[in-house]
Amino acid sequence: MKRPPFDSLLAPAGAPLRIRPNRWDWIALPILLGVVVAVIQGARQMAGPLETVTQTPISLEPRSLPGYALLTTLRMFIAMAASLVFTFVYGAAAARSRRLERVLIPILDILQSVPVLGYLSFSVIFFMALFPGRALGMELVAIFAIFTSQAWNMAFSFYQSLRTIPEDLQEAARSFRLTGWLRFWRLDVPFAMPGLVWNIMMSMSGGWFFVVASEAISVGGQEVFLPGVGSYVAVAIARSDMTAIIYAITAMFVVIVLYDQLLFRPFVAWSSRFSVEQIEAERVPQSWMLLLFRQAQALRRLMQPVGAIGRRIITIGAPASDPSPPRTSRNEALRDIVWRLVVGIALVATSWALVDFLRDGIAWVDIRETVILGLFTLGRVVVLIAVASIIWVPVGVYVGRRPSLAEKVQPLIQILAAFPANLLFPFFVMAIVRYQLNPAIWLSPLMILGTQWYILFNVIAGTLAFPEDLNQASRNLGVRGWLWWKNVMLPGIFPYYVTGAITASGGSWNASIVAEIASWGDTTLVTRGLGAYIQQVTTLGDYPRIVLGIAVMSAYVVLFNRAVWRPLYAFAERRLRVG
Amino acid sequence: MVHNASAIAREPQPPSPGSGPIAQLRGIRKTFPKASGGDLLVLDDINLDLNDGEIVCLLGRSGSGKSTMLRIIAGLLSPTSGEVLFEGRPVHGPAAGIGMVFQTFALFPWLTVLKNVELGLEALGLPADESRQRALAAVDLIGLDGFESAYPKELSGGMRQRVGFARATAIHPRLLLMDEAFSALDVLTAENLRSEFLQLWGDGSLPIRSVLMVTHNIEEAVLMGDRIVVLGINPGRITDIIPISLARPRDRFDPVLREMVDSVYGQMTARPIPLTRQPIPATLPIAERLPRAPVNRMAGFLATLANSPFDGRADLPDIDDLFNATQGEVFPLLEALHRFGLARLEAGDITLTDLGRRFVDSDLEGRKTIFRGQLLMQVPLASHIRSVLDTRPEQRAPLVRFRVELEDHLSEQDAEMTLRTVIDWGRYAELFAYDDDAEVFSLENPE
Repeated sequence: MKRPPFDSLLAPAGAPLRIRPNRWDWIALPILLGVVVAVIQGARQMAGPLETVTQTPISLEPRSLPGYALLTTLRMFIAMAASLVFTFVYGAAAARSRRLERVLIPILDILQSVPVLGYLSFSVIFFMALFPGRALGMELVAIFAIFTSQAWNMAFSFYQSLRTIPEDLQEAARSFRLTGWLRFWRLDVPFAMPGLVWNIMMSMSGGWFFVVASEAISVGGQEVFLPGVGSYVAVAIARSDMTAIIYAITAMFVVIVLYDQLLFRPFVAWSSRFSVEQIEAERVPQSWMLLLFRQAQALRRLMQPVGAIGRRIITIGAPASDPSPPRTSRNEALRDIVWRLVVGIALVATSWALVDFLRDGIAWVDIRETVILGLFTLGRVVVLIAVASIIWVPVGVYVGRRPSLAEKVQPLIQILAAFPANLLFPFFVMAIVRYQLNPAIWLSPLMILGTQWYILFNVIAGTLAFPEDLNQASRNLGVRGWLWWKNVMLPGIFPYYVTGAITASGGSWNASIVAEIASWGDTTLVTRGLGAYIQQVTTLGDYPRIVLGIAVMSAYVVLFNRAVWRPLYAFAERRLRVG
Repeated sequence: MVHNASAIAREPQPPSPGSGPIAQLRGIRKTFPKASGGDLLVLDDINLDLNDGEIVCLLGRSGSGKSTMLRIIAGLLSPTSGEVLFEGRPVHGPAAGIGMVFQTFALFPWLTVLKNVELGLEALGLPADESRQRALAAVDLIGLDGFESAYPKELSGGMRQRVGFARATAIHPRLLLMDEAFSALDVLTAENLRSEFLQLWGDGSLPIRSVLMVTHNIEEAVLMGDRIVVLGINPGRITDIIPISLARPRDRFDPVLREMVDSVYGQMTARPIPLTRQPIPATLPIAERLPRAPVNRMAGFLATLANSPFDGRADLPDIDDLFNATQGEVFPLLEALHRFGLARLEAGDITLTDLGRRFVDSDLEGRKTIFRGQLLMQVPLASHIRSVLDTRPEQRAPLVRFRVELEDHLSEQDAEMTLRTVIDWGRYAELFAYDDDAEVFSLENPE
């Protein structure tokens, strides 16, 4: 075991540092600087007074689009940063404290099912009161809307990862006396990373949809257009300007491709190291951008102090002080009782406040009406998921069985999933008006336009992961046709399909608020449904009914999840997980 | 050999036994709550001193609570009563100065070899350059140089466990705990790593004052230990403390050592399996822990035993070597065979019985008949399940009915394992059928 010193891997102390930039640096550094400048520019605009925003009309000139796109992107990333912070704090709190867990997780479950745009009318009041007369208040409204579309599933994923950290890694962390803080960065976050990356991807995709929907905000009858692609589209729709719509779609497409190539792909490639599988994966995600930054020598040197500071930060509080004798169990039981009491009182108090608020503005008729409207929307969601499944499952299997094709198609689907489908709504509205189609039917596809891709994406992933030996065995046995679908492929991809369908279904409920009511110039198409109801009462500023609509929709989502998705998911996990 | 392990080495003197205890266990008792309420006693009345300069091997069969005991010393579990003293101070949680090596390596897959080794040093709050230096020294010492920037998944099992050792020694522990540290490695790799560790231990390159290692491998215990502590089962109590005074380095083929191994085998197997040859009376408890011994392994073992070179009789260590390496622990298998009357365990030997010989020579149906007869006679739980099914008009009974019965006396895991075993045996013997979807026993043939 003993060998002579072999320290060539470490630059010996006092040796000259090699900071001469190589050719990769000449590409990496300008990209980095460009991003910094863009962020500063955007931030300056966001912090200005509100009047500049309200008095500067949205220009439909194509040359203003890059600026708008930048601001829209900036909102996205601020929201994502906020979501990450929320995820870390909330998820860790729920996973580490048994008592908090009992309260935080049910709350998260509800938050997850509340339609994203439902928050909008309330956050407007809150943030405008917080920053009266500043553009920042409106900005925060939009950012908060994006945040609510991103944070919950991320927090949930983080929490679930923390609950499933292997026992031996936990024991290692404990026996080496890592402080809670060090353990968080060295064990918790890395372990949760694969799940988190997947959820960040979904959140970002959903985020583009909601950033477009939340930049044009109506406050007390007055429309405020925050400069951004979403407002640009809203104005173009109001003026029936088809050329502008096409410009916006192009700009958005460019933004998403850039985001995908410059940020997301490197992120995924980098995070593949966090997978806990002990064997090397055959297919490691690649990114030219990551390669570029890894090979940029000078940049790495420049970043070294950052790493050193990082290390210093995560070792704050080390070494941990010696553990003290454990608390007695009687003491613990008493704390439990007190905690339950506090939670119980809080629950009663908030329920009381809610009932009190609703009692004046709402009659039983309203409740009946919203429940019936909810059935309409539910029907649409179910039919759409079924239709999307019939189309995309065979396609996904076809693609998944051809790995080289899948490799080309998958990034495309990711981009399609991220593309905000609401930019395409005007085409549907125009078609419905021109051919005099039934809006009750033809507005529905808008709900699933953006979320159907999750079904396809997951089916492809499932087919790719299908074990080759099972494939060969079924071919050897001559299993073909329907028998093959029934006994080989469908069970094989089912766990993946369910994951995709859950995501698609959740997204459809959310989209119903903007999809059941759509306009083009002076034409507005409405169809019966809970989404349209919430949109209409929001425009009227009828707060009790907004709350009612949101509550009923949340109830539908929760019940649907409990009754359909959870049992399916549990079945898939128990019986059909391969390997 | 010269090495730059100066940061890690204490005064180079081989550890000398007898200069006082590093750790002391005083009346340790550990119970776990049972699912059905009440407590399950796992460890009882454990008193043990770990002395300066010695390697103590904790030997016991699975379920004897040896891992629990190790974790109590590590401060990862707290005892129900009694106390652990480390260097004279009571242990209430993971204490500084105790290092641990895990059976599953427990490496952080997202950290490089060097970063894994550095982790414990970061936790000590050492400045960056000092921890880097100490980690490099440990990496050097354990023979990992060149692999500093590799990720664990790029390494073989043996190299991974080296990282485990480097990580544990880098924090300069006075007490090193090993939890089956070599059992996940193949025979040659394990042998190699063991001897390298012993060499470092012998020449005083390690800062470690005392080692406690948990193992189920008797030969390993005899090769490495200064003392072997044998833990009995149900509840775990220290049944024997065997001093091993053989000189180091020890040779596994040394006849004296072989004899030692044999005699430890004898002691281990004599006690826990009572030699009852009479049919078991109906009053015998249904809720006993059944060994994890799948039928196909039992049959494979018997076939090996019946054929050359063993021809019906084997020295336990020899046949253990053959099986242990590839298939995990061999004790449950021996226990099951003994209980079924297919082989007999005596003083470190295992002998094929006449019934066992008939079993090996029979065709599938004949084997099943023999197995069924023995199952009904020797395993009260199996006959109990059968009689419940016979008395019910629909001839069906849910699993949970028996699980509840078992959990009155066994821990949740033991109950689960016992049920899995009895299902395997019962299915093979065609004594009953079991539907895992519905979790129901029945007498039907599957559709």
